[in-house]
Amino acid sequence: MATAIPANRFREDYLNVSYTARSWLLTTDHKRIGVLYLIAITLFFFIGGAFATLLRLELVTPDADIVQADTYNRLFTMHGVIMVWFFLIPSIPTVLGNFLVPLMIGARDMAFPRLNLASWYVFMFGGLFTFLAMVMGGVDTGWTFYPPYSSQSSQSYVILTVVGIFIVGFSSIFTALNIIVTVHRLRAPGLTWFRLPLFIWSNYATSIIIVLATPVLAMTLALLGVERIFRVGIFDPALGGDPVLFQHLFWFYSHPAVYIMILPGMGVVSEVVACFARRRIFGYKFVALASLGIAVIGFLVWGHHMFVAGQSIYASMTFSILSFLVAIPSAIKVFNWTATLYKGSISLDTPMLYILGFIGLFTIGGLTGLFLASLAVDVHVHDTYFVIAHFHYIMVGGMVMAYIGGIHYWWPKMSGRLYPEWWGRVSALIIFLGFNLTFFPQFVLGYLGMPRRYHVYPPEYQVLNVMSTAGASILAVGYVLPMFYLIWSLRYGKIAGPNPWRATGLEWQTASPPPPENFEEIPVVTEEAYAYSPEAAEARVDFDAEDYEASRLED
Amino acid sequence: MWDFPLFPEQASSFAGAVDLLFSALTALSLLVSIPIVFLIFYFAIKYRRGSNADRSNPPGTDVRLEVIWILFPFLLGTGIFVWAAFLYFHIMRPPDHTLDIYVIGRQWMWQIQHPEGQREINEIHVPTGRPVKLIMTSQDVIHSFYVPAFRVKMDVLPGRFTTAWFEATRAGEYRLFCTEYCGTDHADMMGRVIAMEPAQYQEWLSGRATGALTEFGEPLTAAGAQLFERLGCDSCHQPDGSGRGPSLLGLFGSQVQLESGEVVTADEDYLRESILQPQAKIVAGFEPIMPSYEGQVSEEQLQQLVAYIKSLDGEAQDEGDQEPRE
Repeated sequence: MATAIPANRFREDYLNVSYTARSWLLTTDHKRIGVLYLIAITLFFFIGGAFATLLRLELVTPDADIVQADTYNRLFTMHGVIMVWFFLIPSIPTVLGNFLVPLMIGARDMAFPRLNLASWYVFMFGGLFTFLAMVMGGVDTGWTFYPPYSSQSSQSYVILTVVGIFIVGFSSIFTALNIIVTVHRLRAPGLTWFRLPLFIWSNYATSIIIVLATPVLAMTLALLGVERIFRVGIFDPALGGDPVLFQHLFWFYSHPAVYIMILPGMGVVSEVVACFARRRIFGYKFVALASLGIAVIGFLVWGHHMFVAGQSIYASMTFSILSFLVAIPSAIKVFNWTATLYKGSISLDTPMLYILGFIGLFTIGGLTGLFLASLAVDVHVHDTYFVIAHFHYIMVGGMVMAYIGGIHYWWPKMSGRLYPEWWGRVSALIIFLGFNLTFFPQFVLGYLGMPRRYHVYPPEYQVLNVMSTAGASILAVGYVLPMFYLIWSLRYGKIAGPNPWRATGLEWQTASPPPPENFEEIPVVTEEAYAYSPEAAEARVDFDAEDYEASRLED
Repeated sequence: MWDFPLFPEQASSFAGAVDLLFSALTALSLLVSIPIVFLIFYFAIKYRRGSNADRSNPPGTDVRLEVIWILFPFLLGTGIFVWAAFLYFHIMRPPDHTLDIYVIGRQWMWQIQHPEGQREINEIHVPTGRPVKLIMTSQDVIHSFYVPAFRVKMDVLPGRFTTAWFEATRAGEYRLFCTEYCGTDHADMMGRVIAMEPAQYQEWLSGRATGALTEFGEPLTAAGAQLFERLGCDSCHQPDGSGRGPSLLGLFGSQVQLESGEVVTADEDYLRESILQPQAKIVAGFEPIMPSYEGQVSEEQLQQLVAYIKSLDGEAQDEGDQEPRE
């Protein structure tokens, strides 16, 4: 009898519902689009990483031996362009955000599923332009495209690259718009704003920044293109323009973009810390509102990139004090995460290791940001390796740690399988150690005065550069490892069950992988987020293994 | 190789002050980060799953605690801001009575013009114990002038002057870097600042100890005076103010009332702009009739003109250079 077959014997999920290429390429399922993005940005991450490897290898010696000046200049430019626009900015919102926002708020899909698919195609289309620029010979302006170098002097593929970035901006806006509308309109019954998981808060804040800031970038790049192609004087003084104007416009987008990159990571941290400490996030409202605080103040600090660019010293002072202020919401978050550990029931599984790594590295990144906000110190360290170290602590030490930690945390949900825990912990430790060895020496290098974007350098900087490159080789191993064991786990990993971490949150109340429509029945929310109890976790500690078995679905 | 410094040499009057601020920031960072790292480890061990630590009544939100850790960073941050801002003000504003040296950045070299006529490439000879002001511009893209030992950096922009200053405190050779990416040989746009004791500097100036890279030209003000006459500037800018343009005597450093109602300080960049784009700022009471000299004077000639106009000091009237003409 058909009804006697257990419902979970063959359960339809978003992965097995169809295997055709067509079903993937024309999908409007937010989970599948998240996976499409995961594949695309992983590809870009490794391309950008390969460039970084070459840069670090070149810097082992003070002379130009592996690559010459022109190649080096193209490598660091392409590294920056790929990592910023094709990995960091899309990473968490498009992969985890796409996958999780509807699941976490109890919705069946995003508000605009077709727009969601369109955003992936627009992303790939923009990527194609930039990829084309890359294979034709690359671009050598630095990812910041400062004119008049970029508009008059550079002989490389500036326009092609800029068109790619221009197009990709639309994909960011589509995703952000979708997240904003979805969070407003599609929350499950009972899911009030202050019951939302903090991951939703931070992605919501991020989306607001994306929608407001990205058009400014589009406009700026368009003006740059007009000047380069038609020689209309906008930024080049030889044509009557003002080069500092470009810097204002560029950083009006690109500084908020730093928060576009880091805020979603902070959302991941809140989820993981709460789950692995079995505690409700300490100061939930403060953490939630801090995200909005960062989004708002983050728009008012762009001028701190121009303390020595010739802007008025009074303007610099204003931007400096605002930059000190924007650090406060970040500090609130770090303090509250730390306080969440108090009286918790802490287990150091892979996602938690990544996220504790995030807290440490982000703290260093944030504090060194204060060095740069301190006007007189910035005069000395501006455009040196100190800046490179600072923003890699935020973006790689912070953002990438959070992203990979998040991928591990939700991997059972996305794939239905557990990754090998031992390998996960090993990779987290390798990345943490390799990262510090790579970037900590760069703080010292920077204070000693080594400028950025130099392929040759005075010999006294060599020892620190060798340390940094040694660290980078360890870091590379740390990044490649998860690639292998995560793919391996797709076939050989243990079956995860709906809720292997015994986490709260609506995404864990449905099967893993989730069915195409996410929930058989839309859940009703009756309590606040993170209803964890450390004492209950302790009481159940002995039964963990059995619970995993019991919660498994038969394959 | 085993000597492992954390700070570069301190060779300017404010290098020590910058290092002190940097050290204070480092101390403050440790003050904040060590407790966080300690607590993370402490909690992770004490409250590890399965430990028998007391977990009763875990606190929820504690508003007092939140207020403390909002106020504490805010006050510390404001303190550091004020400190850094005062020092920045000092570093960015050249004192009066400086030795003025003109710098042109271009792909990929530094061209230096001394007031007494010496020209150098990628090397700047300066005396110790005397404030030196650099008046800088670029002929092509943006460059940035950076001497780590002096803790001084300033972008060098095309189309305008920016200034930087320092007072070398110790004789020696210090590295000069370009720190704004400017194309292929950006990393080779390096040079040296050679700080010399005043006596040696005098000797260098007099030409007895010059390097092969130094060329001689006329003193800037003399060359500027000739140019001023040749271009006919003096036909309108008469010293007694009776011409169609304002008198330039004592102009440099003064406050200028503009037709628009604004008041601006007549610094080097103002003089430059008034020569190249005379319509941009019209002095109150004058007609916008001056033609632009854009494209008619080179960067070198601009330096000469600016140096000459700066030398026109209100009291010691240099009548020989500026003869009134009807």
